[in-house]
Amino acid sequence: MLYIDIEKSFPDFKLAAQFEGENEVVALLGASGCGKSLTLKCIAGIEQPDRGRIVINNEVVFDSEKRVNIPPQKRNVGYLFQNYALFPTMTVWNNIACVIKKPKNQRREIVDEILQKFQLEDVKNLRPRQISGGQQQRAALARILVLEPKILLLDEPFSALDTHLKWHMEQEIASVLAEFHGTTVFVSHNRDEVYRLSNQIAIMSNGKIESTGAKQAVFDSPKTLAAALMTGCKNISKAEKIDDFHVKAIDWGVALKTGHRVPDNVKYVGVRAHHLKLASGAGDDVNVFSCRIHKIIDEPFERIFIVSFNGQNTLQLELPKDICGEIDSHELALFVPPDKIMCLE
Amino acid sequence: MDFRPFTISVQVAFLATCVTFLLGLAAANFVYKMKRGKGVIDTIFTLPMILPPTVAGFFLLLTFGRNGFIGRLLEPFGVSVVFSLSGAVIASIFVSFPLMYRTARGAFEQIDPNIIHAAETLGFSKFKIFWLIKVPMAKAGILAGTVLAFARALGEFGATIMLAGNIPGRTQTMSIAVFSAVSAGNRDVAYMWVAILSMMSFVMIMLMNRWGAGDKKSG
Repeated sequence: MLYIDIEKSFPDFKLAAQFEGENEVVALLGASGCGKSLTLKCIAGIEQPDRGRIVINNEVVFDSEKRVNIPPQKRNVGYLFQNYALFPTMTVWNNIACVIKKPKNQRREIVDEILQKFQLEDVKNLRPRQISGGQQQRAALARILVLEPKILLLDEPFSALDTHLKWHMEQEIASVLAEFHGTTVFVSHNRDEVYRLSNQIAIMSNGKIESTGAKQAVFDSPKTLAAALMTGCKNISKAEKIDDFHVKAIDWGVALKTGHRVPDNVKYVGVRAHHLKLASGAGDDVNVFSCRIHKIIDEPFERIFIVSFNGQNTLQLELPKDICGEIDSHELALFVPPDKIMCLE
Repeated sequence: MDFRPFTISVQVAFLATCVTFLLGLAAANFVYKMKRGKGVIDTIFTLPMILPPTVAGFFLLLTFGRNGFIGRLLEPFGVSVVFSLSGAVIASIFVSFPLMYRTARGAFEQIDPNIIHAAETLGFSKFKIFWLIKVPMAKAGILAGTVLAFARALGEFGATIMLAGNIPGRTQTMSIAVFSAVSAGNRDVAYMWVAILSMMSFVMIMLMNRWGAGDKKSG
């Protein structure tokens, strides 16, 4: 279990992070430089927050009011660094052996066992720079898990890997996470990884946790601009409320009917590229607009159309290839399904 | 032919390097970890490298002399640093310290901070981090610094002659012997010491380069 509510100020940046996790995978999703890694460092005790409280498995590890600040050595946090941070002067075997505080013969057994589990026996006498990125990550994971940490912190674990390894390592980490019974905080800027690996999502933007929630809810109906952007929404416009079920999309220069009630504090509307449709032409003219096509991008299984209603501000829509045949190359009739319109703060 | 300057020089340089090694490492680690006031401390630690050796010697004389702050502390024990071998060692430590300190600090700063952080989260004490992680990772720099410090101590002249004087058989090192021989018109002796000192310096630079290159391959 993890509870965190902290603040830390820098001359040009302010971190304000609060979220909790109950033995599940919490993803911190945000653009680079938004304070995700700093949050992990505060949990691990590498950085000290100015104010706040951090609780790990019912143990208070940081409390600015009670002046509690347990050093990283005593927090028993498993921290997987982006570049794995293996000790370059030691072999794989020594990297793992040196963290175990047990008599020599017991230590040998433990190391051999974990090396076997992570398929590292063949490279145990090599140094980190002599093994592949995937092996380095496994070695770093083995070194962390051998200490039976209370929580796991994963800092962009796949960003340093080649595409073909990424998928493989993601499966391995997924199985490690399935076996691990504590809370995991998983930091990433990749919505697909986050969706596949986590249960809870906290969206972070400019040092602040903007919204938290169950994975599906955050992806289905993001509440803020940052949440919509981070979950991959391509079409966003400034907006003004017209009435309870109509909103004006300022950048697009159109009024839209919405399926859900428009909140009073709406600032933006968004609609995902794959939710946009071609108008069927059968009478229904709500949310149907004639669009100019600016560009067509061919993807393996779909086509992306960059279109605009009337002005300069473009929208992007993704259509399956089999229905693209009907479209001429200059114009299309676009249908924006009312229930897919997301009103954002 | 008097070979005592060689023995004295090597003795002084060796003892001085031992002390400089530990002091320089400790100072490098201290400044590396500092968060505020780094600039001031760094300047103070580097100063002996820039100061004219005679000025350094003068400061040392003021500190270790009979009326000096440390000299007075040592007097009851009958220890006098001035005009003694220990004076030569102290002068060499003083001038070689910045070389060790700066090279080691530079090597520490090359280490990816995440490796240190990882060691902390894995439960390593500060002591263990220093000896098991930082020193092995900074090995090439530390070796280079040690060789530089030894070479500097071996060739030390100005501060040594100010503090330890030029007493043949007691404090006369090779570089001081060169000076003495030249001023006495004793060219042959001067040639010999110059040849020995030049060769030793050459070998040390070779060693330093080889260790530096070797480390890149293996480690």
